[in-house]
Amino acid sequence: MTIDAETPVNASADLPEDAHQLTAKLRHAAVEALPPQKLMPDRQPAYVASWIYVFGILTVSALAVVILTGVVLAIFGPNWWHVSTVGLFVNSLHLWSTELFFFFMVVHLWGKFFMAAWRGRRRATWISGVLAFVISVAAAFTGYLSQQNYDSQWISTQAKDGINSTGAGAIMNVTNFGQMLMWHIVLLPLVVGILVGGHILLVRLRGVVPPFAPPDQLAIEVKQGVPADTAVSEVQS
Amino acid sequence: MQTLSVVMVHVLGSLINLDHPGHYINWGFIQISVANLVVICLMVVVFVLAILIPFHRPGGDR
Repeated sequence: MTIDAETPVNASADLPEDAHQLTAKLRHAAVEALPPQKLMPDRQPAYVASWIYVFGILTVSALAVVILTGVVLAIFGPNWWHVSTVGLFVNSLHLWSTELFFFFMVVHLWGKFFMAAWRGRRRATWISGVLAFVISVAAAFTGYLSQQNYDSQWISTQAKDGINSTGAGAIMNVTNFGQMLMWHIVLLPLVVGILVGGHILLVRLRGVVPPFAPPDQLAIEVKQGVPADTAVSEVQS
Repeated sequence: MQTLSVVMVHVLGSLINLDHPGHYINWGFIQISVANLVVICLMVVVFVLAILIPFHRPGGDR
Protein backbone atom coordinates (compact mmCIF):
# COMPACT_ATOMS: atom_id res chain seq x y z
CA MET A 1 0.00 0.00 0.00
CA THR A 2 1.16 3.53 -0.67
CA ILE A 3 0.45 6.51 1.55
CA ASP A 4 0.19 10.11 0.42
CA ALA A 5 2.43 12.85 1.72
CA GLU A 6 -0.31 14.22 3.95
CA THR A 7 -0.71 10.99 5.91
CA PRO A 8 1.30 10.87 9.14
CA VAL A 9 3.96 8.17 9.00
CA ASN A 10 2.64 6.30 12.05
CA ALA A 11 -0.77 6.09 10.41
CA SER A 12 0.65 3.37 8.17
CA ALA A 13 1.07 1.02 11.15
CA ASP A 14 -1.43 -1.74 11.83
CA LEU A 15 -4.01 -0.88 9.19
CA PRO A 16 -6.34 -3.86 8.75
CA GLU A 17 -5.86 -3.88 4.99
CA ASP A 18 -2.10 -4.29 5.49
CA ALA A 19 -2.34 -7.29 7.80
CA HIS A 20 -1.46 -9.73 5.00
CA GLN A 21 1.84 -7.98 4.24
CA LEU A 22 5.14 -9.62 5.12
CA THR A 23 6.36 -6.61 7.12
CA ALA A 24 3.17 -6.55 9.21
CA LYS A 25 3.34 -10.30 9.84
CA LEU A 26 7.03 -10.14 10.80
CA ARG A 27 6.44 -7.15 13.09
CA HIS A 28 3.54 -8.81 14.84
CA ALA A 29 5.45 -12.08 15.26
CA ALA A 30 8.49 -10.27 16.66
CA VAL A 31 6.52 -8.09 19.08
CA GLU A 32 4.41 -11.05 20.19
CA ALA A 33 7.49 -13.20 20.89
CA LEU A 34 9.56 -10.44 22.44
CA PRO A 35 7.54 -7.44 23.61
CA PRO A 36 9.76 -4.50 24.64
CA GLN A 37 9.23 -5.18 28.35
CA LYS A 38 10.50 -8.73 27.85
CA LEU A 39 13.33 -7.68 25.54
CA MET A 40 14.71 -5.15 28.03
CA PRO A 41 13.19 -6.03 31.42
CA ASP A 42 13.61 -3.77 34.45
CA ARG A 43 13.45 -6.65 36.91
CA GLN A 44 14.71 -10.22 37.09
CA PRO A 45 13.50 -13.21 39.13
CA ALA A 46 14.76 -13.33 42.73
CA TYR A 47 17.02 -16.31 42.00
CA VAL A 48 19.11 -14.20 39.62
CA ALA A 49 20.52 -12.38 42.68
CA SER A 50 23.78 -14.35 42.62
CA TRP A 51 27.22 -13.48 41.27
CA ILE A 52 27.18 -16.59 39.08
CA TYR A 53 24.47 -14.93 36.94
CA VAL A 54 26.76 -11.96 36.24
CA PHE A 55 29.21 -13.80 33.99
CA GLY A 56 27.01 -13.82 30.90
CA ILE A 57 26.88 -10.04 30.69
CA LEU A 58 30.56 -9.82 31.67
CA THR A 59 31.31 -11.99 28.64
CA VAL A 60 29.24 -9.73 26.38
CA SER A 61 30.98 -6.65 27.84
CA ALA A 62 34.42 -8.13 27.16
CA LEU A 63 33.29 -8.98 23.61
CA ALA A 64 32.26 -5.35 23.10
CA VAL A 65 35.78 -4.21 24.08
CA VAL A 66 37.28 -6.87 21.79
CA ILE A 67 35.23 -5.57 18.85
CA LEU A 68 35.89 -1.88 19.57
CA THR A 69 39.66 -2.34 19.93
CA GLY A 70 39.64 -4.60 16.86
CA VAL A 71 37.99 -1.84 14.84
CA VAL A 72 40.69 0.62 15.95
CA LEU A 73 43.45 -1.88 15.04
CA ALA A 74 41.85 -2.41 11.62
CA ILE A 75 41.80 1.34 10.97
CA PHE A 76 45.49 1.96 11.71
CA GLY A 77 47.13 -1.35 10.75
CA PRO A 78 50.13 -3.42 11.88
CA ASN A 79 52.77 -0.71 11.48
CA TRP A 80 50.83 1.26 14.07
CA TRP A 81 50.00 -1.51 16.53
CA HIS A 82 53.57 -2.87 16.55
CA VAL A 83 55.46 0.41 16.75
CA SER A 84 53.57 3.32 18.32
CA THR A 85 52.97 3.49 22.07
CA VAL A 86 49.22 3.99 21.66
CA GLY A 87 49.11 1.19 19.08
CA LEU A 88 50.83 -1.19 21.46
CA PHE A 89 48.38 -0.18 24.18
CA VAL A 90 45.31 -0.81 21.97
CA ASN A 91 46.89 -4.07 20.81
CA SER A 92 47.25 -5.10 24.46
CA LEU A 93 43.67 -4.07 25.18
CA HIS A 94 42.56 -6.31 22.31
CA LEU A 95 44.55 -9.24 23.71
CA TRP A 96 43.51 -8.84 27.35
CA SER A 97 39.85 -8.23 26.56
CA THR A 98 39.99 -11.49 24.59
CA GLU A 99 41.55 -13.23 27.59
CA LEU A 100 38.80 -11.86 29.84
CA PHE A 101 36.15 -12.79 27.25
CA PHE A 102 37.20 -16.44 27.45
CA PHE A 103 37.71 -16.32 31.22
CA PHE A 104 34.18 -15.02 31.81
CA MET A 105 32.70 -17.31 29.15
CA VAL A 106 34.20 -20.42 30.75
CA VAL A 107 32.91 -19.47 34.22
CA HIS A 108 29.50 -18.73 32.61
CA LEU A 109 29.66 -22.14 30.89
CA TRP A 110 30.47 -23.97 34.16
CA GLY A 111 27.65 -22.16 35.96
CA LYS A 112 25.11 -23.01 33.27
CA PHE A 113 26.34 -26.61 33.02
CA PHE A 114 25.78 -27.27 36.72
CA MET A 115 22.39 -25.52 36.54
CA ALA A 116 21.49 -27.80 33.60
CA ALA A 117 20.50 -24.59 31.85
CA TRP A 118 19.01 -26.46 28.89
CA ARG A 119 15.95 -27.31 31.00
CA GLY A 120 12.55 -25.84 30.20
CA ARG A 121 12.77 -25.56 26.39
CA ARG A 122 16.16 -23.86 26.59
CA ARG A 123 18.06 -26.33 24.39
CA ALA A 124 18.53 -23.79 21.61
CA THR A 125 19.96 -21.31 24.13
CA TRP A 126 22.48 -23.91 25.31
CA ILE A 127 23.43 -24.97 21.78
CA SER A 128 23.87 -21.40 20.55
CA GLY A 129 26.17 -20.78 23.53
CA VAL A 130 28.23 -23.89 22.75
CA LEU A 131 28.55 -22.88 19.10
CA ALA A 132 29.52 -19.31 20.08
CA PHE A 133 32.24 -20.75 22.32
CA VAL A 134 33.66 -23.04 19.61
CA ILE A 135 33.61 -20.37 16.89
CA SER A 136 35.18 -17.90 19.33
CA VAL A 137 38.11 -20.29 19.78
CA ALA A 138 38.60 -20.27 16.01
CA ALA A 139 38.28 -16.47 15.95
CA ALA A 140 40.93 -16.12 18.66
CA PHE A 141 43.21 -18.59 16.89
CA THR A 142 43.04 -16.65 13.62
CA GLY A 143 43.80 -13.54 15.69
CA TYR A 144 47.10 -15.06 16.83
CA LEU A 145 47.81 -15.82 13.16
CA SER A 146 47.03 -12.22 12.17
CA GLN A 147 49.52 -10.45 14.43
CA GLN A 148 51.87 -9.87 11.46
CA ASN A 149 55.04 -10.80 13.33
CA TYR A 150 57.36 -13.78 13.91
CA ASP A 151 55.03 -15.07 16.62
CA SER A 152 52.17 -15.47 14.15
CA GLN A 153 54.50 -17.17 11.65
CA TRP A 154 55.70 -19.56 14.35
CA ILE A 155 52.14 -20.38 15.47
CA SER A 156 50.99 -20.99 11.89
CA THR A 157 53.82 -23.42 11.11
CA GLN A 158 53.28 -25.23 14.41
CA ALA A 159 49.51 -25.46 13.82
CA LYS A 160 49.36 -26.42 10.15
CA ASP A 161 49.85 -30.16 10.60
CA GLY A 162 47.32 -30.38 13.39
CA ILE A 163 44.73 -28.39 11.41
CA ASN A 164 45.41 -30.43 8.27
CA SER A 165 44.97 -33.69 10.21
CA THR A 166 41.40 -32.66 11.04
CA GLY A 167 40.59 -32.12 7.36
CA ALA A 168 39.93 -28.42 7.92
CA GLY A 169 43.10 -27.69 5.96
CA ALA A 170 41.10 -28.30 2.79
CA ILE A 171 39.62 -24.81 3.14
CA MET A 172 41.63 -23.28 5.99
CA ASN A 173 45.29 -22.67 5.19
CA VAL A 174 46.81 -21.35 8.41
CA THR A 175 49.98 -20.26 6.60
CA ASN A 176 47.91 -18.01 4.31
CA PHE A 177 47.97 -14.82 6.38
CA GLY A 178 45.66 -12.97 4.01
CA GLN A 179 42.99 -15.65 4.37
CA MET A 180 43.43 -15.84 8.14
CA LEU A 181 43.18 -12.06 8.47
CA MET A 182 39.92 -12.07 6.49
CA TRP A 183 38.55 -14.88 8.62
CA HIS A 184 39.59 -13.01 11.76
CA ILE A 185 38.17 -9.58 10.96
CA VAL A 186 35.16 -10.46 8.76
CA LEU A 187 33.93 -14.03 8.67
CA LEU A 188 34.34 -15.32 12.22
CA PRO A 189 33.35 -12.09 14.04
CA LEU A 190 30.19 -12.06 11.91
CA VAL A 191 29.34 -15.64 12.94
CA VAL A 192 30.19 -14.98 16.61
CA GLY A 193 28.12 -11.78 16.53
CA ILE A 194 25.09 -13.57 15.07
CA LEU A 195 25.40 -16.46 17.55
CA VAL A 196 25.84 -14.18 20.58
CA GLY A 197 22.97 -11.95 19.44
CA GLY A 198 20.74 -15.00 18.93
CA HIS A 199 21.85 -16.41 22.29
CA ILE A 200 20.86 -13.20 24.09
CA LEU A 201 17.49 -13.07 22.30
CA LEU A 202 16.85 -16.69 23.30
CA VAL A 203 17.70 -15.88 26.93
CA ARG A 204 15.18 -13.04 26.80
CA LEU A 205 12.63 -15.28 25.06
CA ARG A 206 12.85 -18.26 27.42
CA GLY A 207 14.01 -16.39 30.51
CA VAL A 208 16.91 -17.21 32.83
CA VAL A 209 16.85 -20.84 33.93
CA PRO A 210 15.50 -21.27 37.48
CA PRO A 211 17.47 -23.23 40.08
CA PHE A 212 16.73 -26.88 40.83
CA ALA A 213 13.92 -27.51 43.26
CA PRO A 214 14.81 -28.87 46.70
CA PRO A 215 14.88 -32.72 46.61
CA ASP A 216 11.53 -33.14 48.46
CA GLN A 217 9.77 -30.68 46.13
CA LEU A 218 11.36 -32.34 43.09
CA ALA A 219 10.07 -35.76 44.21
CA ILE A 220 6.53 -34.35 44.53
CA GLU A 221 6.67 -32.78 41.07
CA VAL A 222 8.01 -35.93 39.42
CA LYS A 223 5.28 -37.95 41.16
CA GLN A 224 2.73 -35.50 39.79
CA GLY A 225 3.93 -36.22 36.27
CA VAL A 226 5.94 -33.08 35.63
CA PRO A 227 8.62 -33.93 33.02
CA ALA A 228 11.97 -34.41 34.72
CA ASP A 229 13.70 -31.68 32.74
CA THR A 230 11.12 -29.10 33.77
CA ALA A 231 10.48 -30.35 37.29
CA VAL A 232 11.68 -27.25 39.03
CA SER A 233 10.00 -24.90 41.39
CA GLU A 234 10.12 -21.43 39.94
CA VAL A 235 11.27 -19.00 42.58
CA GLN A 236 8.80 -16.18 42.67
CA SER A 237 10.03 -12.95 41.20
CA MET B 1 56.12 9.03 29.23
CA GLN B 2 59.13 6.95 28.22
CA THR B 3 60.58 7.21 31.74
CA LEU B 4 57.27 6.00 33.15
CA SER B 5 57.18 3.03 30.80
CA VAL B 6 60.79 2.11 31.70
CA VAL B 7 59.90 2.30 35.41
CA MET B 8 56.79 0.17 34.87
CA VAL B 9 58.78 -2.44 32.94
CA HIS B 10 61.28 -2.70 35.79
CA VAL B 11 58.60 -2.80 38.49
CA LEU B 12 56.56 -5.49 36.74
CA GLY B 13 59.68 -7.29 35.56
CA SER B 14 60.88 -7.58 39.13
CA LEU B 15 57.59 -9.22 40.10
CA ILE B 16 57.34 -11.72 37.26
CA ASN B 17 60.31 -12.42 35.03
CA LEU B 18 58.93 -13.43 31.62
CA ASP B 19 62.28 -13.29 29.83
CA HIS B 20 62.69 -17.03 29.54
CA PRO B 21 61.03 -19.99 27.77
CA GLY B 22 57.70 -21.05 29.26
CA HIS B 23 57.55 -23.50 32.15
CA TYR B 24 55.62 -26.71 31.54
CA ILE B 25 54.19 -29.36 33.81
CA ASN B 26 54.21 -32.94 32.54
CA TRP B 27 51.93 -35.61 34.01
CA GLY B 28 51.85 -38.74 31.90
CA PHE B 29 50.60 -37.77 28.48
CA ILE B 30 49.26 -34.48 29.86
CA GLN B 31 51.40 -31.40 29.27
CA ILE B 32 50.29 -27.93 30.29
CA SER B 33 52.08 -24.63 30.64
CA VAL B 34 52.21 -23.10 34.10
CA ALA B 35 50.60 -19.94 32.69
CA ASN B 36 47.56 -21.88 31.44
CA LEU B 37 47.33 -23.83 34.69
CA VAL B 38 47.33 -20.57 36.67
CA VAL B 39 44.47 -19.23 34.51
CA ILE B 40 42.45 -22.45 34.98
CA CYS B 41 43.00 -22.32 38.76
CA LEU B 42 41.93 -18.66 38.78
CA MET B 43 38.73 -19.59 36.89
CA VAL B 44 37.94 -22.29 39.46
CA VAL B 45 38.55 -19.84 42.33
CA VAL B 46 36.33 -17.18 40.71
CA PHE B 47 33.63 -19.79 40.03
CA VAL B 48 33.59 -20.92 43.66
CA LEU B 49 33.61 -17.34 44.97
CA ALA B 50 30.76 -16.41 42.60
CA ILE B 51 28.64 -19.12 44.22
CA LEU B 52 29.66 -18.45 47.82
CA ILE B 53 29.77 -14.66 48.03
CA PRO B 54 26.31 -13.18 48.76
CA PHE B 55 24.90 -10.82 46.15
CA HIS B 56 23.56 -7.71 47.85
CA ARG B 57 21.17 -5.45 46.01
CA PRO B 58 20.07 -2.00 47.07
CA GLY B 59 16.44 -2.18 48.13
CA GLY B 60 16.63 -5.85 49.06
CA ASP B 61 14.91 -8.74 47.26
CA ARG B 62 12.24 -7.97 44.76
